[in-house]
Amino acid sequence: MSESHDHKDAQDGHGDVDRHVRAAYFVFGSLLVLTAFTVGAYFLHLPLRAAITLALLIATVKGTLVAAWFMHLVSERKMIYWMLGLTAVLFLPLLLLPTLTVLDRVMLR
Amino acid sequence: MSMEIPYTVEARPDTGLTNGKLGIWLFLASEVMLFGALFASYVMLRVGAPEWPRGSTYLNIPLATLNTVILISSSVTMVLAWASLVKRDFSRFRLFMGITILCGLGFLVVKYFEYTAKFHHGYFPATNTFLAIYFTLTGLHGLHVIGGMAVNSYLWGPGSALWKTDPTHFTNRVENSGLFWHLVDLVWIFLFPVLYLL
Repeated sequence: MSESHDHKDAQDGHGDVDRHVRAAYFVFGSLLVLTAFTVGAYFLHLPLRAAITLALLIATVKGTLVAAWFMHLVSERKMIYWMLGLTAVLFLPLLLLPTLTVLDRVMLR
Repeated sequence: MSMEIPYTVEARPDTGLTNGKLGIWLFLASEVMLFGALFASYVMLRVGAPEWPRGSTYLNIPLATLNTVILISSSVTMVLAWASLVKRDFSRFRLFMGITILCGLGFLVVKYFEYTAKFHHGYFPATNTFLAIYFTLTGLHGLHVIGGMAVNSYLWGPGSALWKTDPTHFTNRVENSGLFWHLVDLVWIFLFPVLYLL
């Protein structure tokens, strides 16, 4: 639905965009609930490893919702997926390689 | 002689995308790498430090939660602004885009109060490593909020003249601006727990 060349179709029927708007409201509600979970989890005073795992898990779910629905990645062109795939391939070493260099310190904790 | 940029309304046959959309996604990919590098720096600094404070030692969780709700809300109004244009309802676009801009302003006002409270207590980037990475990450994110607001304000104001001559092109511009705004929201979704709650 999000492709620019599809706008005319959407403008004709408005059905797609109405579905998109309904999905946006659902995602909005989900993001608010997940934000409440994130803050609520903080007050549980979990051990650090569990707290980090849970907080990043919730953040990943929230981020996925934003990317999929608000940024239209649920129905994008292949070119975008390829581009983001390449970004992910470059992003993961960027994030993980520096961490690997201090893995001995991580394992000690 | 006019030099019109091609493929602003029709998709390019080889990419299947308008040039604007391809361009904004390339830009967003570079943004992912920019913030990714800073997140990697955060991990390195945190793991390498003998002690690392909980964010709540220095930071205000209720204010950050409020800012999270503000940014999430602004993402929804951004979607509604774009959807209004697809439905050819320009006045609703102005309304929702206006709310989006005000949400951005609200975010910055809350951030201002957060920052001034830190400075008042003598907490500066040079105070310790945690505050250095906190101010770096949130400062860079704040600059992105300002950038997004500037583009959105242009589209709300003088840039909206394009709606009268080429509504589909204008709708595509708003969609692209929205993609950037959602990335700003997405980055904050990770900054909030990492800096404030862990």
